[in-house]
Amino acid sequence: MVEPLLPPKRKNPLKRTRLPVSPPDIRSRQSHLLTAAAAEGRFGMPGCLECGAVHYPARDACPNCLSSRIGLIACSDRGTLAEATAVEVSNNVYFRERSPWRVGLVTLDAGPGVVAHLHADCVVRGRVKLAWTLDRSGNAVAFATPETPSANMEDDRQIREMTLDPKHRRVLITDGRTALGQAVAKALSAAGAAIVFVGIADPWKPFAGQDRLAAIAGVQIMPLDITDTESVRELADEIGGRVDIVVNTAEHIRPGGLLDRNGVNLAREELDSGYLGLLRLAQAFGPAMKFRGADGVNSACAWVNVFSIYAQMPWPAYGAYSAAQAAMLGASMSLRGELRSGGVRVVHIFTGPTEDEWFQPLPPPKVAHGQIANAVVDALRRGIEEAWVGDVAQDFRERLQQNAKALEREVGQ
Amino acid sequence: MAYAKLPRKGYEGVVLAAPVTIAYRRYSTQSAHGWIGRALRGLVEAAGITRQDIDGFSVSSFTLFPDTAIGLTQHFGLSPRWLDHIPMGGASGVLGLRRAARAVQAGDASIVACVAGDTNYVDSFRKSLSSFSRFAQDAVYPYGSGGPNASFALIASNYMRTYGAERADFGKLAVAQRANALKTPHALMKKPLSLDDYLAARMIADPIALFDCVMPCAGAEAFLVMHEETAKSLNLPYVHLLGAIERHNAHADDPIQHRGGWTVDIDELYAQAGIRPDQLSFVQTYDDYPVISLMQLEDLGLCKKGEAKDFVRANSFTFDGTCPHNTSGGQLSVGQAGCAGGYLGMVEAIRQLTDSALGGQVKDARYGIVSGFGMITYDRGLASAAAILGRA
Repeated sequence: MVEPLLPPKRKNPLKRTRLPVSPPDIRSRQSHLLTAAAAEGRFGMPGCLECGAVHYPARDACPNCLSSRIGLIACSDRGTLAEATAVEVSNNVYFRERSPWRVGLVTLDAGPGVVAHLHADCVVRGRVKLAWTLDRSGNAVAFATPETPSANMEDDRQIREMTLDPKHRRVLITDGRTALGQAVAKALSAAGAAIVFVGIADPWKPFAGQDRLAAIAGVQIMPLDITDTESVRELADEIGGRVDIVVNTAEHIRPGGLLDRNGVNLAREELDSGYLGLLRLAQAFGPAMKFRGADGVNSACAWVNVFSIYAQMPWPAYGAYSAAQAAMLGASMSLRGELRSGGVRVVHIFTGPTEDEWFQPLPPPKVAHGQIANAVVDALRRGIEEAWVGDVAQDFRERLQQNAKALEREVGQ
Repeated sequence: MAYAKLPRKGYEGVVLAAPVTIAYRRYSTQSAHGWIGRALRGLVEAAGITRQDIDGFSVSSFTLFPDTAIGLTQHFGLSPRWLDHIPMGGASGVLGLRRAARAVQAGDASIVACVAGDTNYVDSFRKSLSSFSRFAQDAVYPYGSGGPNASFALIASNYMRTYGAERADFGKLAVAQRANALKTPHALMKKPLSLDDYLAARMIADPIALFDCVMPCAGAEAFLVMHEETAKSLNLPYVHLLGAIERHNAHADDPIQHRGGWTVDIDELYAQAGIRPDQLSFVQTYDDYPVISLMQLEDLGLCKKGEAKDFVRANSFTFDGTCPHNTSGGQLSVGQAGCAGGYLGMVEAIRQLTDSALGGQVKDARYGIVSGFGMITYDRGLASAAAILGRA
């Protein structure tokens, strides 16, 4: 059994901060089949799309029938831990700093043997559950946990290297005025975050839910206007070295396509709070987080951006808004690339229309803010990089994968 | 489709001569080319020939990049009519020999220089681990980056659990090899090793401890393959190749490796050589880890599967004891010079059968078996090979 993780001691500012180093990060193109699965928390094995045989490690031709049609095939994630060892002497700095590091060979019920990272409660010849998860290099790795969940499972020191668990970490939520921001604050507090900084633009202006927000355990209201570079800088100067997770909940939803608007002022506002807002936040908070990617129990670990699904495929009726979301998504993917070497993961949450006044005329189903908040916590706990919240978003994603052109015609119908 | 498998042809007339070792060094600033070049010179001097007489050339190396065997012909001023490149680690010696032997028999080459050499820069071992194979890069190295130590820890642990072998059994082989190595001038390990030392050594990846591991180093090993008549004309001491096998990626369905490809062909090997295991005067196994030597003692037919621990307890393994094994000290005590590690046993066997051991000499050695094993690209060693040599 894993001992419950204690809150970290107060950091001695005179001590050197351990710099993040990456575990090995080179992979073959074919093995990124598993990175794609890990990014969304799916399980499957590389396998043959002709004969159905699964194999591992990922190959470019099926060892059963030599077909070159290889893809990810859904199969059981259960198996037996055949053998285990603890690497005391490693050739890689990341593992040297974390030795002994426990690994083993899992014989999957589906057949292949998989070298995997092990949870401390996995026993040799015992049953395990295997998952593809992202390691601190951002690549998929196999992680085995006991088939029957054990106590404090998420506190295992090796699993904490894979996940982005908010427990004992300090979070910044960028906009507490919205129902979404407030729901995320509540959920992260409940998930064990040590401090939940909540940004509020123009704090002297009252807003709905203000008292309830202030009453949430660990919440600290901070002045933050992401459309104002100075405001963002000032907050970063004050708390930038203590922010382990950023959840950017900024939203600025206005209807209208390109033709039924007069001028670009509204579009500029949308870009200012979306794309440029992200840029300001990234420049102010990104470097310190990247520096603190290996800073102990409460290391910097995640940057969450909440997007509309229309970032992926525009809805002409909300065309300008969709374009601003797409710009922000593009920037966010670059941010992912830039933060990866610091061990900080960028998480994208895609949601369909919410229960929001600006989506008022839309028919159900709509996504409740609490649902999005839970998806944020779930993504952090599982360490996934992409989540689609609610039925509309799930359906949208499937359509996008199957036929993007069809979805382009269908959006808004 | 049904078809008849042709019978194996024998290796009649093929001999090995001119065993050469370029003394190992822990680290070297010289490239693999330099080590291989020195081995070639050693061959030429040992055989009393010129480099132009070498008309077949077989190279094994991991650290030649960006070159392959062909680039070396110009590098060394060779113009062979037969050329081979076998970067197959621990199986290189037997594999190189098998191919060279057929070239000699067919008349494609008269004198084949078989050379294995690798350099070891201060950081080259670490670099080679991460890019050893695609499977290692994708599916092993990201898991603790323990290198082969971690992979063989899983194999050793399973072997112990399955067959009841103990660390002391592994230790007995390591200790005997160290005793052998103390007589070998070029062995890197110069201090005596006791079983207590072995058992008390620090853990590297449980159950693999320090003295289970070879020391990566720079070095080269080489020998010549030719027809018996050629060797006689050159007035060279030589040994006969009596039989040789190889088998790759055998037993792929075993969840963890507990046997190698030898088991598939071993009966044919002894039939080809015309001897029984109990007629062997010595055994040279590929000892990247003692557990793999135990596995070979079984798979080469010296004892039954799972009984190597009893066999180990019943023998002494020193050059002057029972079942002389890795008589120069093996890689565990001499060092592992990359692909030259796959040549070490072969070169030592030639010396033992021509009474020219650099260290301890086995008395009246008549037959010897040399085993090769290597290329753990994912979770198991893929290549198994063995050759039986006989005194001329």
